[in-house]
Amino acid sequence: MIDLAIDTRGLRKEYGAKVAVEDLTLTVSRGEVFGFLGPNGAGKTTSMKMLLGLVAPTAGSARVLGAPLGDRKARARMGFLPEHFHFQDWLTGREFLRFHGRLYGISAGPLGRRIEELLKQVDLLDAGERKLREYSKGMLQRIGLAQALLNEPDLVFLDEPTSGLDPLGRLLVRDMIVHMRARGTGVFLNSHLLSEVEVTCDRVAFVKRGAVVRQMALAEQGGGVDVEIRLGKTNAALLAGLSQFGRDVRVDQDRVRMKVKDEARLPEIARWLVGQGAAIYHLGAERKSLEALFLEVMGEDERPG
Amino acid sequence: MNGIITIAHLTLHEVRGRRVALAALILGVAFLAIFAIGFNYIYSDVTGATSPTSPIPRIQYDIALNFIVMAGLYAVNFLIVMMAVLTPIDTLSGDIRSGSIQTLVTKPIRRVEIVLGKWLAFWVILGVYLILMAGGVLLIVRVIANYTLPNAAQGMFFIFLEGTVLMTLSILGGTRLSTLANGVTVLGLFGLAFIGGWLEQIGAYNGNPTAQNFGIVASLFVPTEALWRLSAYYMQPPLVRDVPLTPFSIVSVPSVWMVAWAALYIVAALLIAVRLFNTRDL
Ligand SMILES: Nc1ncnc2c1ncn2[C@@H]1O[C@H](COP(=O)(O)OP(=O)(O)O)[C@@H](O)[C@H]1O
Ligand SMILES: [Mg+2]
Repeated sequence: MIDLAIDTRGLRKEYGAKVAVEDLTLTVSRGEVFGFLGPNGAGKTTSMKMLLGLVAPTAGSARVLGAPLGDRKARARMGFLPEHFHFQDWLTGREFLRFHGRLYGISAGPLGRRIEELLKQVDLLDAGERKLREYSKGMLQRIGLAQALLNEPDLVFLDEPTSGLDPLGRLLVRDMIVHMRARGTGVFLNSHLLSEVEVTCDRVAFVKRGAVVRQMALAEQGGGVDVEIRLGKTNAALLAGLSQFGRDVRVDQDRVRMKVKDEARLPEIARWLVGQGAAIYHLGAERKSLEALFLEVMGEDERPG
Repeated sequence: MNGIITIAHLTLHEVRGRRVALAALILGVAFLAIFAIGFNYIYSDVTGATSPTSPIPRIQYDIALNFIVMAGLYAVNFLIVMMAVLTPIDTLSGDIRSGSIQTLVTKPIRRVEIVLGKWLAFWVILGVYLILMAGGVLLIVRVIANYTLPNAAQGMFFIFLEGTVLMTLSILGGTRLSTLANGVTVLGLFGLAFIGGWLEQIGAYNGNPTAQNFGIVASLFVPTEALWRLSAYYMQPPLVRDVPLTPFSIVSVPSVWMVAWAALYIVAALLIAVRLFNTRDL
């Protein structure tokens, strides 16, 4: 039991007659990157809010980091990036982080250092003295992410962290998740998308109309991960350079395909390609089975336009 | 405790950052300037008409000055009421609506610390504003006419208590109501107490106990107007406060127990606010 980050039994939330979450029963291990995927309105945000103690469940029970829902000591070891976040926009980036750090009870000296470290990580060092109302959507998302990591949490909740982000922003979020996993931080990630971020998950659950319909581990496929890249222009030098990251580099019509050891390579490849001045139109790990399942779950609810 | 201080600090920061403080300050300074100019004119009229050949009795002179100062403080009282109701009107409901409350509530602090931190910040703002405005009025009459209001400290205390009641109600409403509904409700309650206060005075003047009792009940329900009447009672010499049916006339003197009742009222409103906020889905 002790190694479970999240353990829920039949969590349920009703808003009047509306059932937002019907039955949430799942377990997430410590240090695991867990994807909670499903269409809009499936109950992902409500589920996360119950786990965070923001919303009281109508029925069911749960433990997060070994403590009952809403436990204050447990909250000291959690981080949270809300979905429709709207931060105190009259604050500068640094002030914002300082206030939130103080609420975690971090003392001034270590907090100052932590803030600089995080600003650097989310690439906002030069914007630290600007007011949040002047930030772009992507910058807000990044400062929000920094806010969720102030206390070096054991478990981070990210609600739709990539919605509204451009591809570079998504890569940055993915880099940070990879980084968190490396230092043993568990991540609980809500998403209605299947972008490069979601495929970094160790495990995913598909949720539909308030219930988990399927859970699965995204175990590394034997022999590594298939990578598909679409570039503006390819040339021999680029192809040769790519082979330092993996093997079987080949051109397939307008795509470059290759095999790499694991997905942690992807951000490195992206950075290297950007450094070479290449235009990246697509960079993805092939997860055929996951994608098929994703579409199957999403399909019926997703209506175009 | 650390949470309360941090939230209070954040709230003060917000009041400054959103230019609320600036607007209130500009308004206050404008009011004081107008009061000073007006008072100066009236004062020279009074002294010009009376001095030095035909000095009106000192007591009549004091009554005239007192009446003007009370008029000024009555206006200050309204500014305080507005500050008390409006500055915190948005503080919980707005944060809940925008969702910015979510990153606060999920920190390792208790929800009660958020409510008390915000309350503390607005309480400090209210106190500072009252000292600036009422202090300004008292200073102006002191400098121009060398007039000292009787029992000014007690009077200020009652006004501060009145403001605290309204400010607490405003925070209480914000735990469950939208900003607009909250504003309408709290100002409505203030209006009720206001009418009740007049009913009480008119009833006492006309010897109509029903009206008087109705007013007393309204004052128990919302003790703001009673606190203002108490304040006015203390700050006027006996002759002035007996002039019937002015905003500061006291035919029916509110009981001093009203102070205890108001203090209890504030504590109870805070407890209810904490409870409503604790059990709310955010
Ligand atoms: N506060 C609320 N009151 C009433 N219904 C709500 C509330 N919050 C969410 N819902 C409903 O619950 C369902 C699940 O919402 P949500 O958890 O936000 O889904 P998701 O995050 O997966 O898009 C939706 O149908 C939504 O309309
Ligand atoms: Mg959602």
